[in-house]
Amino acid sequence: MELLLIIILVLMIGGAIFSLEARDLLSAVIAYGIVGFGLVICFLLLQAPDLALVQIVVETITLIIMIAVILNSTREEIKPVKGKRSTIFVIFVFIFIGLFLYFFNRTTETLSAFGEHVMRMSKAYLQPGAEKTGSANLVTGVIFDYRGYDTLGEATILFTAVIGVLTVLRLKGRKEK
Amino acid sequence: MKGMTIIVKTVTQIVCGVIFLYGIYIIVHGHLTPGGGFAGGTIIAGSFILLILAFGSEFLALKKEETGSSILESTGILIFLIVAVLGMIIGGLGIFFINFLPKGVIGKLLSAGVIPVYNVAVGMEVAAALLTVFLALLIYRDEVLK
Repeated sequence: MELLLIIILVLMIGGAIFSLEARDLLSAVIAYGIVGFGLVICFLLLQAPDLALVQIVVETITLIIMIAVILNSTREEIKPVKGKRSTIFVIFVFIFIGLFLYFFNRTTETLSAFGEHVMRMSKAYLQPGAEKTGSANLVTGVIFDYRGYDTLGEATILFTAVIGVLTVLRLKGRKEK
Repeated sequence: MKGMTIIVKTVTQIVCGVIFLYGIYIIVHGHLTPGGGFAGGTIIAGSFILLILAFGSEFLALKKEETGSSILESTGILIFLIVAVLGMIIGGLGIFFINFLPKGVIGKLLSAGVIPVYNVAVGMEVAAALLTVFLALLIYRDEVLK
C-alpha cells in the first residue's frame, strides 16, 4: 500500500508543478484538480472515509468556481518581467530549501514511523468512546462530544468568512448602482 | 448567466433530487455511518449549484434567494449555540456542550443524545454558507460587470 501511496503522491507533485508552469490557465486549473482528487484517493487508502467525503465535494465545487472565473476573464497568463535580481533570488531560494530539508529531516527522526500512532492519548477516546457518547461513528462522537469547542470554532470561521464575502461584494455592488 | 443545453437540463432534472436526498441521508445518519454535518451540507449546496449552473440564473429571483440562504445560515449556527447553552442549563452539571438527552441503543437512528441535533444544525449552516457565497458572486457579476 505504501508503494501505491508514493505513486499517487508523485503524481500529485507533478500536477502541482505543471499547474504552476502551464501557459494556459484552464489546463493549469485542471492540473490542480489532480492534487485534490489524488488527496481523496490517499484518504480512502488510509481509511478515512469522513475526510474523503468532504474533500471530494469541496474539491468539485472549488474547481467549478475557478473554471467559471477563468471562462469569464482571460485564459492567458500575463508574463512577469524578468529583473536583474532574479539570479540572487534563485540562490536564496535554494539556500532556504536546503535549510528546510535539513530541519525537516532532524524533526522527523524523533517521530514514530508512518502509520504507527502514538496511542497514549487516543486510548482514552477509543475504548469507552462508543458507550460514553452513544454514537456508533466514533469520528462524529469525538467531533461533537469530546471536541465540541473545536466544532463551534470551525462553524464560526465559516460564518465569519461568508459575512466577509457578503460585505465586500454587496457593498461594491450597491455603490456602483 | 445563461443556461446549458437540453441534455444537461434533462439530466439535472433527474439527478438533482437524488443528490439532495443523499445529502440529507448523510446528515441524518451522521452518528452511524461516515459523514456528518460538514459533508452532507456541502453535498446539499452542490445540488443547488448544479441546478443554477444548468438552468441559468434568469429564472431565479436571485436577491430573494440570497436573503433566504443568509437567514438560514445564521439560524443554523444559532441553533448550535442554543443547544450548547441548553446543556449548561438543563444538564445539571453546568457544563457547556454536555450531552443532556437520553443516549438510547448504540446503532439505532434515534440515539447518541444531542449529536444528531448538532449534525442537523451544522449541515444547515454549511449548506447555506456555500450557497450564499455562490449566489453573492453571481449577483456581483450580474450587477456590476454588465
